[in-house]
Amino acid sequence: MADQATFAEQAMPYMDNLYGAALRMTRNPSDAEDLVQETFLKAYRGFGGFEAGTNLKAWLYRILTNTYINTYRAKKRKPDETDLAELEDLYLYRRLGGMEGAMAGRSAEDELLDLFTEAEVKEAVEALPEGFRLAVLLADVEGFAYKEIAEILDIPIGTVMSRLHRGRKALQRQLYEFAVARGLADPAPGEQSAPANAG
Amino acid sequence: MDHGDCSETLHELYHFLDGELTDEKRVQIRQHLEACPPCFEAFDFEAEIKQHLAQKCRDRMPDDLRARIARAIGHAEPDPAAP
Repeated sequence: MADQATFAEQAMPYMDNLYGAALRMTRNPSDAEDLVQETFLKAYRGFGGFEAGTNLKAWLYRILTNTYINTYRAKKRKPDETDLAELEDLYLYRRLGGMEGAMAGRSAEDELLDLFTEAEVKEAVEALPEGFRLAVLLADVEGFAYKEIAEILDIPIGTVMSRLHRGRKALQRQLYEFAVARGLADPAPGEQSAPANAG
Repeated sequence: MDHGDCSETLHELYHFLDGELTDEKRVQIRQHLEACPPCFEAFDFEAEIKQHLAQKCRDRMPDDLRARIARAIGHAEPDPAAP
């Protein structure tokens, strides 16, 4: 049985991570605050049930995700991820990857992805349908393994892989649209983008 | 280059990046990436995207929220006025 008196010391290092995840989930700072506060309280109260030595971070994220799903998830049905047309693999690389080929040195590639601001990257994640967003968040932002994600989301590991695969492509498509909007890339033939400012 | 290897490598690219392959498979993919510049470039770009995601989706919990939660979970701040 884990000792509740040690909870704060063990759990507080994850505060920034959990807060960030709450922001990506709720897309609303006020709800994020409530969500993360509720998560810490539930975890604190239930800490006696945590098996010491097991993955605390995953345990905390399970509580965060369940609390989000039960309390803050939008009641209104968003378009289901199955409605999205199939995107190709290496979506962003195929469109932007060639640009570094024309520039010398690896630093050009670093600069290319550096062009995406923090706000754009966060917005791109937050634009994802919820199933994709949670998978991408847990894998790419938080670094959980497929098995851990499956346990956190209570879904089969195959579903984790599928949502990650498609979610990453959707994310790349969003980043590409930001690049087009800022004039960093031309829309490919057959792809529509929002009309740019004249000129 | 054997196109079969490229096709398989690109198919397994994310499993490789996620560290989810068996040791045997991982070695196989890594060897192909070391030998095949086009595949390596694609891999490198995907690795950069993943890195940027991790680095840019960071937030700091506001101080007042941190303090509020800390108090609620029994975390006592040392009293600065105490000797």
